Amino acid sequence: MSYIGIIITFVFINNFILTQFLGLCPFIGVSRKTDSAVGMGFAVIFVMSMASLATWAVYRLILVPLNIEYLQTISFILIIAALVQLVEMVILKISPPLYKALGIYLPLITTNCAVLGIALIAVRSEYNAMESFVAGIAAGLGFLLAIVVMSAIRERLDKEWVPKPFRGVPIAFITAGLMALAFMAFDKALLKNLLG
Amino acid sequence: MYSEFSKGIFKENPIFIILLGLCPTLAVSTQVVNALGMGAGVIFVLLGSEIFVSLLKDFIPERVRIPSFIVIIASFVTIVDLVMQAYAPSLSRNLGVFVQLIVVNCIILGRAEAFASKRKLGESVLDALGMGVGFTLGLLLISAIREILGAGTITLVAVGGFDGVIRIPGLSSQPARVLALAPGALLVIGLLKALFNWLEMRRKARAAWAPEEKPAAGVPASAGTPAAGPVPSATGGAS
Repeated sequence: MSYIGIIITFVFINNFILTQFLGLCPFIGVSRKTDSAVGMGFAVIFVMSMASLATWAVYRLILVPLNIEYLQTISFILIIAALVQLVEMVILKISPPLYKALGIYLPLITTNCAVLGIALIAVRSEYNAMESFVAGIAAGLGFLLAIVVMSAIRERLDKEWVPKPFRGVPIAFITAGLMALAFMAFDKALLKNLLG
Repeated sequence: MYSEFSKGIFKENPIFIILLGLCPTLAVSTQVVNALGMGAGVIFVLLGSEIFVSLLKDFIPERVRIPSFIVIIASFVTIVDLVMQAYAPSLSRNLGVFVQLIVVNCIILGRAEAFASKRKLGESVLDALGMGVGFTLGLLLISAIREILGAGTITLVAVGGFDGVIRIPGLSSQPARVLALAPGALLVIGLLKALFNWLEMRRKARAAWAPEEKPAAGVPASAGTPAAGPVPSATGGAS
C-alpha cells in the first residue's frame, strides 16, 4: 500500500479510537481540556512512531532470524515501556508545565493499547521499516484528531445542562459514539475512489 | 474472605464501576462467543499474574516492580495466545490482535500493582477470580446487548449438530445493525454506565432518606436515654 493509503487508512478509515477502540483510557481520561489533549496527542504520536520503528527492527532483525517470534508480546511491551520512560524524561526537561498537565497519564502510555496495537498490527500487515514508521505517525495523528475534537466538544458540554446520571464519563462515551457514527462515512470505498 | 471475591463482581466491577480494560471490551463484544473466549483468557492471565506477583512481591525491588509485573503478565498472555492459536483457531482469528493486547489491559497491571503486590496469596487468588469473573460478566452483558439487538442472534460454542448460533425470531431479519458496528459499542457502554450511575444515585438517595428518619427517631431516643438511663441503674441499685 502506498504511504498516502496508509495515512488515510489509519487516520480516518481505521481510526484507532473510533473504530478499533485502541487507546480509550487516555481518550476518556485526558480529553477534558483541549491543551492537555493536544499534549497527550503529540506524546502519543511521538511514542507510536518510535515504537513502531523500534519494534519493526527488533522483530525483523532479532526475533525472526532467531526463530523466536513467540517472544513478540514480551519484547514489544518492554521496548515500549523503555521508550515511554525516555519521552517522560524529555518532556520533563523541555516543558515542566506540560509534564504537570499530563500528570499520571504519561506513564499510562505504556499501557496504552494503541502503542502496542500499532506495533502488532504493523507486524501482522508485514509492513517494511518506512511503512511501519508512517503507520505509527498516521495512527498517532488519528488519535490526536479524535482526542482534540473530543476535548473541544467536552469543553462545551461542561457549560450545558446534562442529566445527572449522564454527567462525566457516560456522556463522553455517547459523544464518542456519535463521532464514530460520523467516521463511518470513511470506508474502504473512499480509499479506492481517491487513489484509484 | 468471600468479600474479596464478590467485590470484583458488583461493587468494584472493573468494567462498569472503575472503567478499566475498556479497549478489548468494546472491540470484541460483537459476539457472545468472543466475550466468553476473551473472559476466559483474562481470568487465566489475571489469576496467573496475581499468583506470581503475590509470591514474588518480597523479591522484586521497588524500583523495577512495574517492568517486572509487565514481564510476568506478558508471559501469561503469550501462553494464552499460543494455546488459543492451537486449540481454538477460529476464536483466535476473531479476537485477532486483542489476545496479545490483554497485556496492556489496565485491569491486570492495576490489580497486580494495587492488590497482589501487597496481599497474601489466598486473597490475591480470590481477588483475581472475582475481578476476572466480574470482567467476563460485564463483557457478556455488553456483547449480549450488541449481538441480540444488532444482529438478532446469540453466538455460542458449536457443539455437534448445533451450529452454536441462536436466532431470535423477529430480530434477526431486521436488526438494529448500528449496534453491532463500532459506534454501537460506544453508545451501549455510555448508556449502561449512565444506568449504573442512576441506580447508584437511587441507592444513595434511599440510604440518605433512611438515616434521616433514623436520627429523627434516634434523637428523642438518645434524649430519652439519660432519662431512661437512671431507671435501670436505679432498679439495679434497688436490687
